[in-house]
Amino acid sequence: MEPATYSLPKLPYAYNALEPAISAQIMELHHSKHHQTYITNLNNALKTLFTAAKDNDVPTQIQLQPAIRFNGGGHINHSLFWLNLAPHGSPETSFSAAPKLGEAIKKTYGDEESFKKKFNAALLGIQGSGWGWLVKFENEGGRLGIVTTKDQDPVVGAGEVPVFGVDMWEHAYYLQYLNGKAAYVENIWQVINWATAEQRFNGPREDAFSALKASM
Amino acid sequence: MSTTLLRTSTARSALRAASSQNSKRVGLAGVAFARGKATLPDLPYDYGALEPAISGKIMELHHDKHHRTYVNSYNQAEEKLAEAEQKEDIPSKIALLPLINFHGGGHTNHTLFWENLAPKGSGGGEPPTGGLSKAIDTSYGSLDAFKEKFNTALAGIQGSGWAWLVQDTQTGSISIKTYANQDAVVGQFRPILGIDAWEHAYYLQYQNRKAEYFKAVWDVVNWKAAEKRFK
Ligand SMILES: [Fe+2]
Ligand SMILES: [Fe+2]
Repeated sequence: MEPATYSLPKLPYAYNALEPAISAQIMELHHSKHHQTYITNLNNALKTLFTAAKDNDVPTQIQLQPAIRFNGGGHINHSLFWLNLAPHGSPETSFSAAPKLGEAIKKTYGDEESFKKKFNAALLGIQGSGWGWLVKFENEGGRLGIVTTKDQDPVVGAGEVPVFGVDMWEHAYYLQYLNGKAAYVENIWQVINWATAEQRFNGPREDAFSALKASM
Repeated sequence: MSTTLLRTSTARSALRAASSQNSKRVGLAGVAFARGKATLPDLPYDYGALEPAISGKIMELHHDKHHRTYVNSYNQAEEKLAEAEQKEDIPSKIALLPLINFHGGGHTNHTLFWENLAPKGSGGGEPPTGGLSKAIDTSYGSLDAFKEKFNTALAGIQGSGWAWLVQDTQTGSISIKTYANQDAVVGQFRPILGIDAWEHAYYLQYQNRKAEYFKAVWDVVNWKAAEKRFK
């Protein structure tokens, strides 16, 4: 028996579909190179882990944890990210495509604008590479919270549902925005897929991760 | 003892009264801070001088935008820290420390980085000599073997960060260490040579092919600057 290997999920839209918010060049490199590298390295680490587990080699299994966390996290984060973006000007990019989530956001943050302001401030406060997520906490009455994570740490805690995420690695915006990351976080809202966010918000935690099973 | 305490508290309340009532005083304090402000150092070479290893566009953005932002943000945090210090506001001081660490580290790291780079023909890429060269041979066998290990360390950074050749101030021995984000080389270790592994350091030229950047950067490493730091 061999461990499962993951493959790069297809984007549900063309590389240029997010323009002008995110350029086609960024999307192509980000998807076909960066995401692919996380998957390649995850598969390698899982293969080594599989052998180490078979050999009862505990030190090697522990030694592999950072690589699995990093590359597995990279695969999870990017898979979720592609699906929580939508073509520029599509109906999914309208806040009204998320009626129940929208209500919860208004209840928690006052209104759409002040939510986006807080989310952007969190994104811009990240020191180094990382992600910003809107998270639903199933075990705490379904409350919402803005969470930032470092490097490729994924949102996988018990009861944590990643509703949508924004990649704040420099590779996500640098070719287009250079050091102007404030403009990137301003424009990202033009392509947030609120329909996907609504689905993840309403569904159980495992549904948010269903895209990963599909890429096995 | 009690007299001293009294004197101190009198002085403090006088200071508070002055800063809240007299805006001229606040202005003067601002001037005093300005004298100690961090400033963006000039590069000792042109933006295009490190080509083809590092493009002029990268160097300009990196120095004039990224480094400048660390300098400005550090000064802002430092000013707030001085205010909190004056108010003896410990929670505010603690909250400011990550900003001091990040932006102060960004300023320190980039300043050292510009220094330990040089154009080809002005020392860039010329191998180290003397004690540092000996230490590298003793620890790594050869300069090439050292570079290989250093590049492996650079490639292994998960996220943004730096790799440094450092010297242990306790033992004098050298080693390769990686640091996350803008964490600076301080404390037990002395920075000898640093390479920026943030994506902004290479992305416009190398995109996802960072191994090519790590290979090329040795053509513009200023080992003379590294030797000066080595003790
Ligand atoms: Fe990314
Ligand atoms: Fe940098």
